[in-house]
Amino acid sequence: MIAIVDYGVGNLFSLKCSLAAIGHEAVVTGDKQKLERADRIILPGVGAFGDARAKLAASGLDKTVTELARAGKPLLGICLGMQMLFDRSYEFGEFDGLGLIPGVVLPIRDELDKAGLGLKIPHIGWNALDIVKDHKILRNTRQGEHMYFVHSFYAARCDADVVATTSYGVTLTAAVARDNVMGAQFHPEKSGEAGLRLLSAFAEM
Amino acid sequence: MITKRIIPCLDVRNGRVVKGMNFESIKDVNDPATLAELYNGAGADELVFYDITATFEGRKLFTDALTRVAEKVFIPLTVGGSINAVEDFERVLSCGADKVSVNSGAIKDPELIDAAASRYGSQCVVLSMDVKRTERGFTVFMGGGRVDTGKDAIAWAAEGVSRGAGELVINSIDTDGVKQGFDIELLKAISSVVDVPIIASGGAGCMEHFATLFKEVPGVDAGLAASIFHYGQVDIKELKKYLRSCGVLMRI
Repeated sequence: MIAIVDYGVGNLFSLKCSLAAIGHEAVVTGDKQKLERADRIILPGVGAFGDARAKLAASGLDKTVTELARAGKPLLGICLGMQMLFDRSYEFGEFDGLGLIPGVVLPIRDELDKAGLGLKIPHIGWNALDIVKDHKILRNTRQGEHMYFVHSFYAARCDADVVATTSYGVTLTAAVARDNVMGAQFHPEKSGEAGLRLLSAFAEM
Repeated sequence: MITKRIIPCLDVRNGRVVKGMNFESIKDVNDPATLAELYNGAGADELVFYDITATFEGRKLFTDALTRVAEKVFIPLTVGGSINAVEDFERVLSCGADKVSVNSGAIKDPELIDAAASRYGSQCVVLSMDVKRTERGFTVFMGGGRVDTGKDAIAWAAEGVSRGAGELVINSIDTDGVKQGFDIELLKAISSVVDVPIIASGGAGCMEHFATLFKEVPGVDAGLAASIFHYGQVDIKELKKYLRSCGVLMRI
């Protein structure tokens, strides 16, 4: 059983349905015991980091998720859920992440400005993955496959754990993995058939 | 880099697609879920559903249909039609929509854009506008193009974005249904003043029109069309292959 962490952020309907479509039952829950009993955990998230982080802390689930991940339970963070795996975020302030993967979250705008690129923010749409490191989360994913992204901030200073990047004038972290802790900046549940294959890699590892 | 998007649009009344496709191979050509799966299989990058139902009962049928689509199709889904309040955003988002497109509702109450953007995030709020040339220049119309709002389209696009719209759908009434190509002049004017993704709508008649659109107006991110896809005049798979051969970035 896969548990999708429900802490009052975002729409979890598509995520649950996409897992069902590939034959995996998932429970959307904010219950500590259900998370403990689950074989694996997905941490979703949309919106602003500070707000989502505060909600996760208020629910007390931040400690549960961190402890279970440290104990070896497979954890997949999606979009903002991935960004929360890192040490710190600088999205409209400064916030502590869960500290499961070393790295920080920074504005894409700063990178684009440094490169002198006037591209649109958020980085929204279908972009190609460049797989830079082998990891079982990407075992069903092909080099160059497109995934659906929607974000204005990106994970930086995490090179050791980056498994896929994407190019938006500058190189952005697309997926990370550190042992049993994994993250996708894109939305696999909105990335068509390619996204479903990534979810099945997580569900069947 | 981000690919350009191809987006079929489906008009839905009482939970059924109006102007169903002429595909003989499918049994229920008017079922939104059936068509959504078909378009998804053909490589559509996103789907737009417009609810043109006028009644309360009809809207329930629409959200039921939307749920059935969201259970099966895992690409971004945008919903428009009858969006007049933040509660309408909630109603369709809870049924599986990813983005909500607001048109006349925002003209009547522009603060709806601010309210929805602060609650759901700008990525969720799409401002759709119907534009026609008048002696005052590009002008915003509503009520299916019958009511002149007096609003300048360029100014309204800029205002919508500053209020928090994360994407714009620009539908040209002048080119809509004529099938002589997208309204390049209008799209150039809008894209020069906003920095959010722009979805071009109205005028697509053949594959070449999409190539012209993306080449002439680099600021346009997506091309939207309805009947040419429904009636099989343009096949999405073929279109995307063709555009890629023309040097346009496409997800295939």
